[in-house]
Amino acid sequence: MSNQSPAMPSWMHSENTILLIVLAAVFIGFGLFAPKFLSEGNFASIAFQLPVLGLLTLAMLAPILSGGLNLAIVFTANLSGLTLAWVLIQFGGPEAGPWAFVIGSVAAIIVGALAGAVMGLTIAYAGAHPILVSLAMMIFLQGLGEFLTRGSDISGFPAFLQPLGHGFFLGIPIPLLIFLGVALIWHVVLAHTRHGFAVYMIGSNIRASEYSGVHTKRTLTLIYTLSGVLCAVAGILMLTRFNSVRVGHGEALLLITVLACFLGGVDPFGGFGKVFPVVIALVILQILSSGLNLMGANQHLSTAVWGLFLIAVMVVRHLSGRLTLFSRWRT
Amino acid sequence: MRSYLRAHPTELWLTLVLAAMCIGLSLTSEQFLSAGNLTSLLNNNAVNIIWAVGLLVVLIAGGIDISFAVAASVVQYIAIAVFDSIGGGNWAIGFIIAGALGILLGCVNAALIHGFRIITIVVTIATFNAFFGLLMFFSKGRFIYDLPDWWGSRVVLWEHQSADGRWAELNLPVLAMVICIVLTWILIRRTTLGRQLYAFGDNPEAALRAGIDARLMQFSAFGWMGMMAGIGGLMQVNITQEIVPNALIGRELEVLAAVVLGGARLGGGRGTLLGCLLGVLLVAVTQNGLNLLGVSAYAFKMIIGAIILIAISTSSLSWGSLIQNRRGVSA
Repeated sequence: MSNQSPAMPSWMHSENTILLIVLAAVFIGFGLFAPKFLSEGNFASIAFQLPVLGLLTLAMLAPILSGGLNLAIVFTANLSGLTLAWVLIQFGGPEAGPWAFVIGSVAAIIVGALAGAVMGLTIAYAGAHPILVSLAMMIFLQGLGEFLTRGSDISGFPAFLQPLGHGFFLGIPIPLLIFLGVALIWHVVLAHTRHGFAVYMIGSNIRASEYSGVHTKRTLTLIYTLSGVLCAVAGILMLTRFNSVRVGHGEALLLITVLACFLGGVDPFGGFGKVFPVVIALVILQILSSGLNLMGANQHLSTAVWGLFLIAVMVVRHLSGRLTLFSRWRT
Repeated sequence: MRSYLRAHPTELWLTLVLAAMCIGLSLTSEQFLSAGNLTSLLNNNAVNIIWAVGLLVVLIAGGIDISFAVAASVVQYIAIAVFDSIGGGNWAIGFIIAGALGILLGCVNAALIHGFRIITIVVTIATFNAFFGLLMFFSKGRFIYDLPDWWGSRVVLWEHQSADGRWAELNLPVLAMVICIVLTWILIRRTTLGRQLYAFGDNPEAALRAGIDARLMQFSAFGWMGMMAGIGGLMQVNITQEIVPNALIGRELEVLAAVVLGGARLGGGRGTLLGCLLGVLLVAVTQNGLNLLGVSAYAFKMIIGAIILIAISTSSLSWGSLIQNRRGVSA
């Protein structure tokens, strides 16, 4: 069904415009009708909630761009968080020093990269479908985490981690700064490096990129390894945000990250999509959720609205695509 | 049979693995081959198999469905409201109502997919969120224990007391499972519609040019999946004797992993009932075997995930080159 891919260059341009208009509309709508929407407290809460979902979405982005999917992101993040927690506890839990955090974070990133690398290698060299591989990895990691923790919470971390999850720097929440930094790096990697170019090529046509000299197997392995690294960063942030680690924490975010990518105009077949529109899509989702929350709806209604919103956006895209075709035909 | 298996290497491979596991388990655990264990294996996996054969049809037609397990929960809640309003009902009405509601939800997916040319994974992730959010919102997360008598009581089709005094029994869900398997076999192997579904999944463009009706394909594939989701939901309640809004969420990915493990190709056009059943049974027998061998329940998921990972990384090596496989993905 690849005959549905819209014409890209003009489409990507209008993509940003459409999303920014939607963002403005949602913002003004809630500003008028939701009490306290335009308050500092609300913006702070949006800024604190966004980064975890945002980092996981970035981890989902590159695999989708390459024509795959990484369904193991949440449990990779959980396992990385668990690794950090384990190291911190080895160094005395609440008494652990900053070095313990550094060592733990490095270990967490290694675990995340390892989980990603195994997936990437299986996808690249065994030729198995990314959905199946990452699904199996997801089941494995969830099982491993449950086996290690027996399903319980791990907590008791040093107090200096508190600011990382809850503090401000120059008036901006630190988690948001971390997310924006990572998003910027991710944008540079995808848009301005050899690897990023190879990711888009593989997503458009893996056979053509193989014949034009792209080492597709190595690129695929790297895509999933880097995705695992981003999951680890999300896992570390989750630890500092919630001050605890539990396997299954954030499980509901998995399909939301896919939703955010599609909303941000990423082609589900791969090959097309950018970081910036995805970030706008994330902000829209978060505003929808907090605005509805202020108007008295619960999280479940937000989930439903997110789903309906994605459908609405896809319908509008389809109709506007037909309109453009029509006008081109007329002229 | 030999030529059949040679033409279907995945099925051959799974049969060998499953046979090896069964022989191993029957040697290490005397309970494994007992009537009681085998029947409970069937009773416990009937619902998964009903869903799996439905999902198989969608996969053959080139789609994917993430929403069916949540759709099954929605069917349960609407069905109980319908049964209450008509003053009870019976099994015949139950099957008709649950099947019809399921078909209706499947048609919602199909209408969005066909009407607006949105790809299946985007639609079903959106409807997954919409269905679940609305269900939790309207049901307020309430459990329902007060079921009509016929629905909540076990229907024993066959029972047998073995020499050691243990009872073995087969319940209604197993019969429903067998009927669903037979109906699906007739659909995909013995009807023109089934042939068309394979053709449409393999190459939609060619199928359209050959005069196949795309609308009919989407509605019959997702309608079939919906019907199986509804019947599976009906049977699930009969087994657990309660309706819980979030009991089934997450099962969709397990079933998907099992079906794809059984050789159904993500991307369409390939998949057999035998492979689908073998995929589900492989996971089921693994879990059953671990249980009998006294392995901690916390380790189950980890081992199952590892087995699926090993199975795909070894079996797909023979499936041909990376390029061929991935071409199927993006088609």
